[in-house]
Amino acid sequence: MSDVNQPVAHPPVTDWVNDFDHTDPQWTEDPFPIWDELRAASPVVHTERFLGCYMPTTYEAVREIANDTEHFSSRRIIVRDVRPEVARNAAPPITSDPPVHKPAKQLLLPPFTPDAMKKLEPRMRAICNELIDGFIADGKVDAAARYSKYIPVRAIAHMLGIPESDGDLFIRWIHMILELGIKDESKLLEAVHEMSAYFSAHIEERKNKPTNDLISYLMKARDKEGNPLEDSHVLGSLRLLLIAGIDTTWSAIGSSLWHLAKTPADRERLIAEPALIPTAVEELLRAYSPVTMAREVVKETTISGCPVKAGNMVLLSFPAANRDPKMFPDADKVVIDRRENRHAAFGLGIHRCVGSNLARMEMQVALEEWLKRIPDFRLDPAGTVTWSQGTVRGPRQLPFLLGKAM
Amino acid sequence: MTERLRVHVDPDKCQGHARCKALAPELFDLDEYGNAHEAGDGIVPPGLEDKAWLAKSNCPEIAIDVIEE
Repeated sequence: MSDVNQPVAHPPVTDWVNDFDHTDPQWTEDPFPIWDELRAASPVVHTERFLGCYMPTTYEAVREIANDTEHFSSRRIIVRDVRPEVARNAAPPITSDPPVHKPAKQLLLPPFTPDAMKKLEPRMRAICNELIDGFIADGKVDAAARYSKYIPVRAIAHMLGIPESDGDLFIRWIHMILELGIKDESKLLEAVHEMSAYFSAHIEERKNKPTNDLISYLMKARDKEGNPLEDSHVLGSLRLLLIAGIDTTWSAIGSSLWHLAKTPADRERLIAEPALIPTAVEELLRAYSPVTMAREVVKETTISGCPVKAGNMVLLSFPAANRDPKMFPDADKVVIDRRENRHAAFGLGIHRCVGSNLARMEMQVALEEWLKRIPDFRLDPAGTVTWSQGTVRGPRQLPFLLGKAM
Repeated sequence: MTERLRVHVDPDKCQGHARCKALAPELFDLDEYGNAHEAGDGIVPPGLEDKAWLAKSNCPEIAIDVIEE
């Protein structure tokens, strides 16, 4: 087992088209020109890294793969250096394929409808304002560390019925699974074990004293035969909600604020026309989509004319698809009043993000409350913006100066 | 004379992105899972034609038809 613990070194990329690597610092810093280069080369590119991995570069190729559950499995959804045995009930339904997928997904959908999100909205507005109260007098803030991060953390904790104050613990696990875990198996396993212990304790508590939250909701759920879910299924879905619900929206809110900090014209327009914010949120989701998923090729096929062989992974980059100029005119520009926007930020096909309505609500509320209280802000030239690596992309350090420039 | 429009959601294609409900709430309803279907018989009342086209052009699954009758 000792070799499992050795993180693999990744040599810097010099040939993106034949040797791409989404963990390369250049990709982390500015992936957009890389995606353009790959798209110009082929609708599907391949790397020998990660034990063999394809990447569809066009919107159309991404759509084909997302809709093809016969040749592409979701049993592995992160492109990593290793391919350990797949755990049953890893994180259903995101790691499920048909026919198991649909019932697992339907179970999670009702608590996340737009109407359900409306009920959560007042709490979200209060959370945003509490966070702003904490730094507005300082004249400067790391908006990733003190604002965008805690909005989804508190939202998901609130929904699950676990203490909002455990947020830093959740963030540690997510960092270990989604970033460190790509190259270091031991970090991933450690986080998964800690999460399972944490949620098992919350499940035990609710066995005698059911509560009115998502954990109890999952425990009360019954399948078609009337049987309760296995504990491992409940645990897997809770892991999913926590992992998928936090750094994704953290990233989306952070990228949106980053864009507005450096684009005064867009900021001023949204302040003058707050009704445009939902449209702007869609465009910011398109231009700065945080989430890249993965599939595993289980049967040989052809995608956009390119042969695709079993045994390889697929880096399913919704962010790159959303920058495809064939699908989106001025794809490289943020057009905050874009009218036609079929962006794939929440995925396409049966694995459409369960939390998309939650994420949209959080983004709208986060931007509305921020712009109401902090109409003027800009990047702090003395600070550095840093971006997360790998599966979910967003600012992890976002130093702003607040108030009008002198 | 303006043609009458009717919207239709293909239930096999809809994945519950709910963009149509956000953009044209008068024309679409969601079920308990958040998946969309046309409100009533799908006929677009006069004045809402623009919203019908907007919903169609923002559906990521290309699940919405706008039929000119």
